[in-house]
Amino acid sequence: MAREIALRDALREAMSEEMRRDDSVFLMGEEVAEYNGAYKVSKGMLDEFGERRVIDTPIAELGFAGIGVGAAMNGLRPIIEFMTWNFAVLAFDQIVNNAAKTLSQSAGEFNCPIVFRGPSGAAGQLAQQHSQTFESWLANCPGLKVVSTSDPYDAKGLLKTAIRDDDPICFMESEIMYGYTGEVPEEEYLIPIGKARVRREGTDVTLVSYNKMILVAEQAAEELAKEGISAEVIDLRTIRPMDHKTIVDSVKKTNRIVVIDESWPFAGVSSEITYVVQKQAFDYLDAPVIRVNAADTSLPYAGTLVDAYMPNVKHVLDAVKQVMYVR
Amino acid sequence: MTKNPAKKGAKKAAYSKKTYLKWYEMMLRIRRFEERTLMAYGQQKVRGFCHVYIGQEAIAAGLITAIKPEDAIVTAYRQHGIAISRGISTKEAMAELFGKSGGIVKGKGGSMHFFSKEKRFFGGNGIVGAQIPIGTGIAFAEKYRGTKNLCVTMFGDGAARQGALYESFNMAMTWKLPVLYIVENNGYAMGTSVERTSNVSDMYKIGHAFDMPSEPVDGMNPESVHEALEKAAKHIRAGKGPYYLEIKTYRYKGHSVSDPAKYRTKTELESYKDRDPVKETEKKIIDNKIATKKEIDAIKAAIKLEIDEAVAFAESSPYPDPSELYTDNYMQKDYPFLT
Ligand SMILES: Cc1ncc(C[n+]2csc(CCOP(=O)(O)OP(=O)(O)O)c2C)c(N)n1
Ligand SMILES: [Mg+2]
Repeated sequence: MAREIALRDALREAMSEEMRRDDSVFLMGEEVAEYNGAYKVSKGMLDEFGERRVIDTPIAELGFAGIGVGAAMNGLRPIIEFMTWNFAVLAFDQIVNNAAKTLSQSAGEFNCPIVFRGPSGAAGQLAQQHSQTFESWLANCPGLKVVSTSDPYDAKGLLKTAIRDDDPICFMESEIMYGYTGEVPEEEYLIPIGKARVRREGTDVTLVSYNKMILVAEQAAEELAKEGISAEVIDLRTIRPMDHKTIVDSVKKTNRIVVIDESWPFAGVSSEITYVVQKQAFDYLDAPVIRVNAADTSLPYAGTLVDAYMPNVKHVLDAVKQVMYVR
Repeated sequence: MTKNPAKKGAKKAAYSKKTYLKWYEMMLRIRRFEERTLMAYGQQKVRGFCHVYIGQEAIAAGLITAIKPEDAIVTAYRQHGIAISRGISTKEAMAELFGKSGGIVKGKGGSMHFFSKEKRFFGGNGIVGAQIPIGTGIAFAEKYRGTKNLCVTMFGDGAARQGALYESFNMAMTWKLPVLYIVENNGYAMGTSVERTSNVSDMYKIGHAFDMPSEPVDGMNPESVHEALEKAAKHIRAGKGPYYLEIKTYRYKGHSVSDPAKYRTKTELESYKDRDPVKETEKKIIDNKIATKKEIDAIKAAIKLEIDEAVAFAESSPYPDPSELYTDNYMQKDYPFLT
């Protein structure tokens, strides 16, 4: 039986189910306990699990991320919540220099089964420091796995898998999507890390995206359908390891691809996909790969500038027409 | 629960009429500005994260009399009051909140990010604690250039738990930098009380680990703020290195516009409102016959007019042109952006 639940509830169910299943799993972060989460993701978890396992921290990202790493090395399975990934930048030292490196530098003696999670990406007029998309930064680092989704079904199944995974995982959500609802089964299920999902089948052009930009891709696909263009929409769900096969198989069918990616264009997720497609499907391409990104700038506050910065449906339609050589 | 500094008996007026009126006017200006900000937020004219200063105005007032215009200042995102006390006009501040090109940073920064080189205001910072080392660095530059200026580095009680504070305090003390650290202890970081973030709730004691002169200050009263700041500034200007003040205050509203502040009691809030710095200063001025009711009313009318004009200015200022997205990213004028 499936029901409609919001992203925040799907994430909470994943954490709570895993905490019931395994006493070594705990949740730590700013405002996660008494305040029930800055975005209410952990609502009710303190009541159920108590302060031993649902832990409010001071504002000290570097410190509590490192405490998570140490606890993970010593047998626990921490879920470290960042209020947003913008603030996790303070903790990148522990994520990149320790969580990602422990297994290698200890030659397999210690692993680091930890989930760092929180919202990534712009969320309206929050200005420069609060609007960044860090998927490509973290995915650049060997040792880490990176999941990014705001679909309730995918988020629940992937977060449960992430918590059970023996490697460090960065799990990226979306601030403005926490209230977004979708069908989620009552029964338990897991979704494998590293597998993309074809959300809509099509034959003329492939649209690849992830997290909230999927909505832009799907809306564009709707518009294109009205014009008789059949678009296939692929949701990456995991950024690292990336599911090359699903992307390449689709391109072999459609011969055209547009990547919609909220990260900045330079060395972004879209650049990686572009490389993979030209390498593995060069002979199938009827047009260059085109990407739609956030602008190559910081994001200012004013509404007019936010509109100019964000990828939107019109950008995608223009890009599709470019790869299809239609006006 | 935060401890409310004990009520002081009606102290005699120790400062000039000009000083009291200056404090009163500034506090009232900030109070009215913030009230209009909240109204405009309700009308969706101000967007994004918005943190108002209501309740903390006495700190901004004490700053204007104790600190020189040449001194630098840096603070966090709860900055409207401090910025206005530095002389950023309510017009430019309101237009910034509206995201208009007439704003202090052309609508690019919004509520959390005002800046003014002329006013030596080095910003509202949105990353909790980030301004602590930055303020230390601003002070480093003053010492390096051989000036007598200091840098007022302000942060919240929540920010004081970031490692950056401890690193900064240590270097500032070691190198005797001209920096005045102020923790505006309003009792809470979002929904987390000071008591829940550390074994040590008396925040001024943090300085003791570095042998930094450190004191608690009543932040509900411009006189006590002024006195403490003046003493600290004198110490710093004498070349003796940093000083640290824990100014105890309270924010009447939630953390940001979206916070219902259910984590605290009404009694606690009321105990601070009883000592409201705007009302108490007005009472003191009248009771001690420092100025007449008529003079006070004239200030109130002038402030009302000023804030009305600030809103009108913000309304009429244009939105930034979309091309502005590509300005102010690099100093290099012909920077080749990826498109
Ligand atoms: C590094 C970082 N972590 C978390 C946040 C989210 N956040 C914004 S304000 C705030 C509370 C800060 O409280 P405090 O320092 O006491 O300042 P106040 O809001 O009381 O003025 C938090 C957790 C942030 N902006 N930056
Ligand atoms: Mg505070």
